[in-house]
Amino acid sequence: MKIKVLYLASLREQLGKSGEDLETSPATSTVAGLRALLMARGGAWQAALAQGRALRVAVNQEMAQPTTAVKPGDEIAFFPPVTGG
Amino acid sequence: MAVRIQTKDFDAGAEMAALRLNNPKIGAVASFIGVCRDANDGTAVTKMTLEHYPGMTERALEKIVVEAKARWDLMEVLVVHRVGELKPGDQIVLVVVTGAHRGEAFAACEFIMDYLKTRAPFWKKEETPQGARWVEARGSDDEAAERWNSPKADVA
Repeated sequence: MKIKVLYLASLREQLGKSGEDLETSPATSTVAGLRALLMARGGAWQAALAQGRALRVAVNQEMAQPTTAVKPGDEIAFFPPVTGG
Repeated sequence: MAVRIQTKDFDAGAEMAALRLNNPKIGAVASFIGVCRDANDGTAVTKMTLEHYPGMTERALEKIVVEAKARWDLMEVLVVHRVGELKPGDQIVLVVVTGAHRGEAFAACEFIMDYLKTRAPFWKKEETPQGARWVEARGSDDEAAERWNSPKADVA
């Protein structure tokens, strides 16, 4: 399935890209599945997305959990804890 | 919906005047302005860049305003948040809440800021003499937001 993935703020800098269109398998049908797929790229991906790193994920611009479903056409954004105001 | 994200500065006086224009039922106007400081965690800050997630940020702020209006009897609410490059002394964020009485306006204004700090997707990057650094989220901000979930928090 086709999905759109975004990397924001410090994560964008660590990964060296702001986003990408991905063609993924059904194994990545949750946020946790997608995170594991991206971590498997190794290097900066493994380090930046490692479990234990403070990371937030939004699916279609709503805050998501590791178990949140990822469906065709979804926009999934990875970013650090927010620091506005 | 009274949520705006912009690069340009804002005039709090003009915004407040516009918000209560033609509404003589308003008896209280509470406001908060967040300002860029010249130091953070003991290090000088010469400049800051604010980034957001277009689309999601507006929706997150609108949800916070809706939640505030559900908790308190409010009239008008305005949230203006700047993005882009800011220098020490520059205004960052404006929250204005109007209502019949001050208690609800004060409480809602603080609630909106506490939720904005922990739920609205904005990120700050600071320029310091040692180089640029992303601002780390603070546990004290999570605690400030969390206290609105205690049973007593809704009493204005």
